[in-house]
Amino acid sequence: MRTGSYSRRIVISRIMECVIFFFAFISLLPLTLILFYLAKKGMAAIDWQFLTHLPRPVGEEGGGVVNAIVGSAILIFCATLMAVPLGVGAGLYLSEAKEGKLSYWTRVAVDILQGSPSIVMGVVVYLWVVKPMQSFSALSGSIALAIMMLPMVIYSTEETLKAIPCTLKEAALALGVPYYRTILKVVIPAGMSGITTGVLIGVARIAGETAPLLFTAFGSPFLDINPLKPVAALPLVVFNYATSPYPQWWEQAWGASLVLTFLVLCLHLTAKIGTRRWKIQF
Amino acid sequence: MENPILITENLKAYYGNHLVLKDINLEIPRLNITAIMGPSGCGKTTLLRCFNRLHELSPGGRIEGQIWLGDTDILSLDPIMVRRRIGMVFQRPNPFPTMSIYDNVIAGYKLNGMKLSRVEADEIVERALRGAALWDEVKDILHRRGTFLSGGQQQRLCIARALAMNPEVILLDEPTSALDPKATAHIEELLISLKSRVTIIIVTHNIGQAGRIADYTAFLYLGELVEFGPTERLFTAPKDRRTEEYLSGKFG
Amino acid sequence: MKQLSDTLFNAVVRSCAIGTLILVSGLCVTLVIHAMPVFRHSGLSFLFTSTWDPLRQQFGALPFLVGTVITAVLGVLISLPFSLSIAFFLGEYFPSGKLSIFFQSATDLLAGIPSVIYGFWGLFVVAPFMQKIEIRLGIMPYGVGIATASIILAIMIVPYTASIAREIIKLVPSDLKEAAYALGATRWEVVRHVVIPYAHSGILAGILLALGRAIGETMAVTMVIGNRNEFPKSIFDPANTMASVIANEFAEASDDIYLSALIAVALLLFLFTTVMNMFGRFVIKKLTVRQES
Repeated sequence: MRTGSYSRRIVISRIMECVIFFFAFISLLPLTLILFYLAKKGMAAIDWQFLTHLPRPVGEEGGGVVNAIVGSAILIFCATLMAVPLGVGAGLYLSEAKEGKLSYWTRVAVDILQGSPSIVMGVVVYLWVVKPMQSFSALSGSIALAIMMLPMVIYSTEETLKAIPCTLKEAALALGVPYYRTILKVVIPAGMSGITTGVLIGVARIAGETAPLLFTAFGSPFLDINPLKPVAALPLVVFNYATSPYPQWWEQAWGASLVLTFLVLCLHLTAKIGTRRWKIQF
Repeated sequence: MENPILITENLKAYYGNHLVLKDINLEIPRLNITAIMGPSGCGKTTLLRCFNRLHELSPGGRIEGQIWLGDTDILSLDPIMVRRRIGMVFQRPNPFPTMSIYDNVIAGYKLNGMKLSRVEADEIVERALRGAALWDEVKDILHRRGTFLSGGQQQRLCIARALAMNPEVILLDEPTSALDPKATAHIEELLISLKSRVTIIIVTHNIGQAGRIADYTAFLYLGELVEFGPTERLFTAPKDRRTEEYLSGKFG
Repeated sequence: MKQLSDTLFNAVVRSCAIGTLILVSGLCVTLVIHAMPVFRHSGLSFLFTSTWDPLRQQFGALPFLVGTVITAVLGVLISLPFSLSIAFFLGEYFPSGKLSIFFQSATDLLAGIPSVIYGFWGLFVVAPFMQKIEIRLGIMPYGVGIATASIILAIMIVPYTASIAREIIKLVPSDLKEAAYALGATRWEVVRHVVIPYAHSGILAGILLALGRAIGETMAVTMVIGNRNEFPKSIFDPANTMASVIANEFAEASDDIYLSALIAVALLLFLFTTVMNMFGRFVIKKLTVRQES
């Protein structure tokens, strides 16, 4: 350590503290700005018609995004339905078989999946589903989203179940309960809150995803719940409208952005409150 | 010994290649309290976990030899059937956190998918909780979570949970080591009152506790059964030098 | 003796793990197989030439590689002072209390906003602002371009780097810090000479993870980078990244070789991010294990 006069060192320490505080506070500026614009422009676009009507062609006043809201709901629901059983199963395997080759490589695979860019999922699911079926579809969109969600579900299941004391499992086994019943009726219920939180965070993540949907769900101006047809989604609407040349659509994009952000933040909030509220004492 | 309930013959237990119990030959007397004592790491918990075959679930856990329950070797049975006949209470109270007190008591039935009528269930719960001397304290809060109880009450709930299955033997693995002295005394009284109904095997590292409640005591040292006999005889006239040293506090 | 249902249950659980493994390996294999045609067609010039003209079947992905690296590195560099300040603020100066909770929630919020909304906001708020700056500087006022994309990326990755770095900073044993305080060090000297040396490899790993994320970020970048398939000459030029070119052209790729070229770009992107991720995770895992043992 360089030695300087004591007061000088105090001053330097003070200055650095101010610099750190300054940068930390400045980094909140974009958040404030984004929320400000979303609130200002989004509120202006949202009314009852916006939430309940189908889009209208350019030039016609009004129109809404109900197809995108319903489409997003379908996509998220189907993706959750696919990702949760597989993810919980894999997480369970990892928490039970901590060592071993299969666990090691599965963990590596999950890490890779977690770090992969979402557009890559879109490309792969296009090749797997869209190309053989020769049509964009809600199904392919949900598969892409399910793959995005899978790592979150696996991580949270594994972490939650690992934290459950081993004695709980032994208590059930010592009562003569078969292993599979012990897991299904004692271990999983005890970890339910953690797993649910993980699923909610996963849903929040995929709800805002656009890139995997570009060449899978594709978007559609109609309200259609056939899983083999293209379907609209809120993030797709934001993207398509925002990059269109029509100011009228830009306004709608602000409205859709506000709805989407609100939805995602609500999911995060629920997950956060849920973590505290549903916590189980051991 | 007359009419023993559990007999081990050349019982060996391993963790991987590590031998933790060496040729244990032991006869556990029926409807008595038997204490298993010894310094930590001597294998006493492992021995207990052999009796209900929980040891096999530890990584690398393996058992050799015979354990006779009546005239069947439990090592040839389905572990699940063994565990329904031999109950266990653990070191730390571990009621099921997602279940009410009521459901905790009949957990053995519920989790095994055995159907009970309302009346049967009520009867089993009351009998088990009375047996565990917990009924008066919890009879009005049966449908609250078991984890809200105090440590001593939770442990008695775990004893009730084991009793509800009507086991022939109950294994207790240092059941009072996580409890305060008052709760400990309560549990000890309870065990003495239970021994007319069920055979009790208790692992303890507390010499005083063994002296207070056990009819018979086994002393284990480094995986070997050093000495076994009536508690009074073992405490007053130990035959082996190691037992004497342990009792006088030289190690452990 | 094992019950049948237990065996069945174990098989189901195991197959979930195997399924995940197959999914990921299938993903890699699919990318490789479908990327092969373009490598057969253009060979290594795919990586090292800079003409991307699908009509004449010329596929040189160099502009996208360069565009991606410049945008991502610039984004990370811009974000560093902010993310590290937040990390020190939360990890060292205010580890608990109301202010900490406020900051924590704010950064969580920032991390939770979908990327398409960052892109939208960037297009309508940041790009016009950049245009004004570019007019001042007397250069082509595109508004959109590498610089705009980097700024948006920087905003997006601040919470990510900050949370990793904060966790690492919290791992610094307090007795080490106390020892330095006991010797009369000031707070900054403790940070500078104890915390940073102890945490620097973890922070670097966090930066690497953030870089991986910046490289893979698609929507926000696609919306503000200008989408021009030429070699960028300045940081204010419009360009394309690997992710943005896929997002823009994949749906309209008409012939097989064009599609294969875009899939090859996806493969490169996948390899880039995976290598960074694995390395970053490896370092962080090692650090955490050292702490626990």
